[in-house]
Amino acid sequence: MPTVHFTDAEGAVRDVQGNSGDSVMETAVRNGVPGIVAECGGSLSCATCHVFVRDDCLTQLPPMEDMEDEMLYGTAVDREDNSRLSCQLRLTDGLELFVTTPETQV
Amino acid sequence: MSTNAVENAAPAAAAEDATPSGTPSRTGLLIIGASQSGVQLAVSLRALGFDEHITLLGDEDHRPYQRPALSKEFLQGTVESESLIFRSNEYWAEHNVDLVKGEYIVRIDREADGSGVAHSSSGKQFPFKRLALTVGARARKLEIEGGDLDGVLYLRNADDALALKARVGDAHDVVVIGGGFIGLEAASSLQKMGKNVTVLEFGPRLVGRAVGEETAEYFLQAHRSRGLDIRLSTSAARFRADDGGAVVSGVELQDGTVLPAQIVLIGIGVIPNTQLAEQLGLTVDNGIVVDRFALASDGTTVAIGDCANMPNPVPGSAPGERIRLESVNNAIEHAKVAAYSLTGRREEYAGIPWFWSNQADLKLQIAGLCNGYDQTVLRRDEERGKFSVLYYRQGQVIAADCVNAPLDFMAVKNALAKGQNIPAEAAADPATPLKTITTDS
Repeated sequence: MPTVHFTDAEGAVRDVQGNSGDSVMETAVRNGVPGIVAECGGSLSCATCHVFVRDDCLTQLPPMEDMEDEMLYGTAVDREDNSRLSCQLRLTDGLELFVTTPETQV
Repeated sequence: MSTNAVENAAPAAAAEDATPSGTPSRTGLLIIGASQSGVQLAVSLRALGFDEHITLLGDEDHRPYQRPALSKEFLQGTVESESLIFRSNEYWAEHNVDLVKGEYIVRIDREADGSGVAHSSSGKQFPFKRLALTVGARARKLEIEGGDLDGVLYLRNADDALALKARVGDAHDVVVIGGGFIGLEAASSLQKMGKNVTVLEFGPRLVGRAVGEETAEYFLQAHRSRGLDIRLSTSAARFRADDGGAVVSGVELQDGTVLPAQIVLIGIGVIPNTQLAEQLGLTVDNGIVVDRFALASDGTTVAIGDCANMPNPVPGSAPGERIRLESVNNAIEHAKVAAYSLTGRREEYAGIPWFWSNQADLKLQIAGLCNGYDQTVLRRDEERGKFSVLYYRQGQVIAADCVNAPLDFMAVKNALAKGQNIPAEAAADPATPLKTITTDS
């Protein structure tokens, strides 16, 4: 099963097992991981599911499309090179992903 | 949670909870409406440390789910129903929230202290200490001849979406009545699924008052250029069935024209559900009237989301101005206000209302409320398919409609949240990023 390790801005870690095909955002929200808001439910409209992906995990993820790239310029905490919107990150078999959630999403 | 455990164990509480068999023991908070706002209220309460038992009750036979995809990804079959579910069963169990499905509350008996018992149509009783109404709104019905024919559908909840999906395969022609967000989203989805779709709009332009004229015109042209047949200032006279049957076969217009239709989908707005509030004697006026802290006129019931009429939360609104918002963002923000009220705090609505609507490849994002504008600025980038309208009142930006232009949307939303301005003159150049010309007003 794919696993996502969520670290919050204070350093607390929460490990969540997900299902292949689900997004990182869905996995977080369904299990009540704080730090992911996802108002729009994954339709790339709100930029409130921002995560920082640990550098060595970035290559396992699909490349960013223009819309995600633009939305990331509007996040509550400024984007960095390892920023992604977690609604765009799909879990795959055996994936082990480490992400950090920003201090705030809104 | 510890307080709750102690309370449940106390003999007094046990005696108080002694009820006829089949009646659940008294819950700390009964939330009627397993909706976006109902879910958010439960979640926010737990985040604030509210430790009493919560019952989240809905009249549908589904776990609480997200509605926006029903007219888009769910209809088109690109997302599964499971991914619309808000929270896992484990989440609710861990957070001491009971989910009750398929119970429709018809009457509430109330004590002077705000506690009471809700009675469902199946005869069940739900005793509660405190009450929250997150009852939403229902689809406005089009009462014309043939309105009860098989195949005349609405799209408000999951069962509506399932009924529509079940029919789509056999249909060739669809008539959508209502050129608002739901109608246009569904029409775009059905067109993408290969249906011959016609949209009838009663008014002279699309989307009513939710957007300004420039945006309405932009959507009209954009949809027409994508092959959608949109007829403005046009209404249906009656729905027809072949050979006196029970299944819809066409829509007859006022001028006598008949459009073939194996599906008629009606999206002409919603009516807030105020029946329970009225029965409780709460003040109702285009929704359940609440104060800035989401409290209804009895001072104890909270009412939030689509069903609530609240003081306009946007900074700079006229004193006494009221508004009822139908949006995910409002359901969430209003729930947070109510969660504070229920835990003894007074916090006002935060943030700027925002909305979205995805139609075909057109991604509309709206920041703020444009009512009362006296000036607009258009930003158009034909080459990249971007279009934005900024709305101003006395030189101050108050809202923006942005199509495929998330940077503009984000810039305006952030400026509004911080009480800043984006001067109109500079904003008119679409090559200038709005973020760079934002000023402290």
